[in-house]
Amino acid sequence: MKRERTSRIPVGVPTLSKKDFESDQDTRWCPGCGDYSILAQTQRIMPELGIPRENIVFISGIGCSSRFPYYMNTYGFHTIHGRAPTIASGVKMANPDLSVWVITGDGDALSIGGNHFIHAMRRNFDINVLLFNNRIYGLTKGQYSPTSEQGKKTTSTPLGSLETPFNPISLALASGATFVARSLDRDPDHLRLMIKSAFEHKGTSFIEIYQNCNIFNDGTFFQYTEKDTKADNTVFLEHGEPLVFGAERDKGIRLNGFQPEVVETTNGDYATDDLIVHDQYTEDTTLANFLAGMSDTLDMPHPVGIFRSVRHPCYEDAMTHQIDSAKDRGGEGDLEALLNAGETWTVS
Amino acid sequence: MRKPVEQIEEATILFAGDSGDGSQTIGTQMTETTALIGNDVATLPDYPAEIRAPAGSLAGVSGFQLHFSSEQIHTPGDLCDVLVAMNPAALKVHLQKLKPNGILIVNIDNFARRSLRLAGYEANPLEDGTVAKYQVFPVELTRLTRKALENTDLTTREIDRCKNFFALGMILWLYNRPMDYTMRWVKTKFATKPQYVEANILALRAGNIYCEATEQFAVSYDVKPAVFEPGTYRNIEGNMATVLGLIAASHQAGLPLVYGSYPITPASDILHGLAQYRNFGVITMQMEDEIAAVGVAIGAAFSGALGVTGSSGPGLALKSEAINLAMIAELPLVICNIQRAGPSTGMPTKTEQSDLLQMFYGRNGESPIPIVAPSRPYDCFESVYEACRIAVKYRTPVIFLSDLYIGMGAEPWKIPKLSELPEIKADFAGRDQAHGNGFEPYQRDPETLARPWAKPGTPGLEHRIGGLEKSDITGHVSYDAENHQRMVEIRAEKVARVANDLPPTEVFGAQEGDILLLGWGGTYGAIRTAVEQCVQEGLSIAHVHLRHLNPFPNDLVGILKRFKRVLIPELNTGQLRQLIRSTYLIDAIGFNKVQGQPFHVFELQFKIDEILKELGHF
Repeated sequence: MKRERTSRIPVGVPTLSKKDFESDQDTRWCPGCGDYSILAQTQRIMPELGIPRENIVFISGIGCSSRFPYYMNTYGFHTIHGRAPTIASGVKMANPDLSVWVITGDGDALSIGGNHFIHAMRRNFDINVLLFNNRIYGLTKGQYSPTSEQGKKTTSTPLGSLETPFNPISLALASGATFVARSLDRDPDHLRLMIKSAFEHKGTSFIEIYQNCNIFNDGTFFQYTEKDTKADNTVFLEHGEPLVFGAERDKGIRLNGFQPEVVETTNGDYATDDLIVHDQYTEDTTLANFLAGMSDTLDMPHPVGIFRSVRHPCYEDAMTHQIDSAKDRGGEGDLEALLNAGETWTVS
Repeated sequence: MRKPVEQIEEATILFAGDSGDGSQTIGTQMTETTALIGNDVATLPDYPAEIRAPAGSLAGVSGFQLHFSSEQIHTPGDLCDVLVAMNPAALKVHLQKLKPNGILIVNIDNFARRSLRLAGYEANPLEDGTVAKYQVFPVELTRLTRKALENTDLTTREIDRCKNFFALGMILWLYNRPMDYTMRWVKTKFATKPQYVEANILALRAGNIYCEATEQFAVSYDVKPAVFEPGTYRNIEGNMATVLGLIAASHQAGLPLVYGSYPITPASDILHGLAQYRNFGVITMQMEDEIAAVGVAIGAAFSGALGVTGSSGPGLALKSEAINLAMIAELPLVICNIQRAGPSTGMPTKTEQSDLLQMFYGRNGESPIPIVAPSRPYDCFESVYEACRIAVKYRTPVIFLSDLYIGMGAEPWKIPKLSELPEIKADFAGRDQAHGNGFEPYQRDPETLARPWAKPGTPGLEHRIGGLEKSDITGHVSYDAENHQRMVEIRAEKVARVANDLPPTEVFGAQEGDILLLGWGGTYGAIRTAVEQCVQEGLSIAHVHLRHLNPFPNDLVGILKRFKRVLIPELNTGQLRQLIRSTYLIDAIGFNKVQGQPFHVFELQFKIDEILKELGHF
């Protein structure tokens, strides 16, 4: 991972621990919920980011995941359904020195907040968006969500959902996101690495996290997260490395025409050289889109890791630049002169 | 020999034509010119929602009405002295607004049979007696403009677009106004296109010389400067005054201004205006929708900026959930609603005052929010500044409730001195407010009940806020029954205390007696003019115009009770009246109009006469 940021650590910041990031509020998710792990990994990685606690802001919308800010001993704002990206954009714009984190879910980000999600991605504020995807509405007791599989039977779709689900990675890429990654609630090391990488990326960072709702959608991602099936159903993306996976590391992804194809690398037909080599830094989104599409294809392993990480100008920097150059051109605004601008006349 | 000049006190001119004919442009030019001479002026742009409706159609008529005087005036005038009709459709739509014997200038070149038919005229109205009671001046505006510009390199299409300046040249001659302001404007406007500068000035001069040279116009008129208080003045539109008021508040408070908005008529000019002032540190963000627009403003407020959003009624409907969030989170936020005629999409380019109850009540739960309304174009400056002051001092969203009539109208403004502006103190919480139990984000100021404004980045004040009900003092999430009731009451009491800051209410006219006209918003001019005339006649009538609609001023009830009748004229079906009746149990009478048009002064006078009659005065 390319480290893009060097000047984040102010001199004299005391060393913090996980405990410093735990608020005094009791955590109120259902026992066994995947959210606990995401919270714990976030609290563990925060001290390593090297920023003072007061400069960190967590902003959420509505849903189970959106209670997250209450449990972080940082600044926090639990806002309204779907709108967290807009409020986070305002927080960042008004103070670009803050480290801003959006906590959202599949319903919050992709259904009621779908419009804000796509526009946040393309504006490229330097903020981080963690989407807890459990493919269900938990807080409202188990209705299907925009990432639920077609045909899913839920309280609101007793005969099965009629809708084609969103692929959050594809949606983020199509919206121009500059950092797009996927991680798993049950893989703490990887999750911390992704959160840290998102922080280090300058620009909007998006992480889709497969998260288990053990009450309303238990096991929806188990084939990708559980020990006995994970290796054969996920492919971990590493920049510059071929797409190899499997418990025996004997399988890989090859390009067959325009389609991904799973091949064995030990039976003599194919070698590692035949496999796609991941490049997360390429400006062109073809590869990232191709990898994203694998999770829409039955029997394909789901890629986990960083799909794309490119450096584009950030909105807040561009705005600051406009302000600075306007001041250079026209001088710092003079209110007295502004009020008296244009054609005036004096009555004595 | 110079033609005679007649001195008159005031005049009202209405320029009307196709929406591409440039009536708004020349109306503005005449306004600026006459304001610079020292007249009092008031304007009313009246234009269609379509950018270019089919040429020559009734739907495409765009008008600009301008009233100027050597006396103080408050309205754009009821009826007009001059109507400039660039085509038959403009004549058809606006002829009823011309006074008997008024001056009617028509572009005769546009009165061919096809144009007549488009306007719905069976016969030529210039020939069939329709215009018999007016002084008609048929002018070959198109042909004469082409003639004047024949030596330029412009295409005929480009030349024809200069004919509004020919008409402006005529009006400037008719009212003895100089052409220099417009010449300066043309030179700036077309700085990169010198051929247009030349062409428009040629057309302007040609119109002017035409009136001097032909025998059609025997007299011209002059309106002497009005008497104004000493000071420096400029002409200003309401939305521009709003822009300046916001920048002034941001400057005086030492807070960066973050304005989130989404384009909507008639509020977009505030976005356009603010976007010009990056050198004041002004951040404007055109967002993906109305909700995102208020969202960034709330985020900015949480971060310690002056967060402002602006829209019109439909946008306010979309923003209401987010405004409620700012209310319960107790963050400063200013929401500008430039009202237009509703409901739904309604009539976007027409004026109305029908969002008052929406602003009062249009949110779930108990959600009190202060409301401040400007009364006239220049008052937008002070009123929006006042909205910012309240928002910052009381940590609450405040609604600035303007309307299209004020926002797009223009008048002379006495530019205030910076030293006269009230103080706005942001007063952020510092790290000294963190103590043993940590920071308590709902520990209130005992006088204002405002909670601390602790911005991220301040060490030791890390805290969490949100839309869930919070426990008093600590700010923890709370479902406690008693606490909820207490918090609802505290939030209401905080807004009620805003009234303690307000100056005594001004009562114009009789201090007690027969009728009090109680108004708010853009009806100020019509009500004040009607009441001024009654007062001159010695009638016991008064006018109170409310800037603060929530909370009402503390002294209002006493004033209302000093009059036999309270008459509330509104451009809605009686929304303030409903609030006054329910708040004070006073049997206020309504006078209501919902036509997308402002009151005429005579309409109010008829109503006043009717009440006086009932009181036994005639």
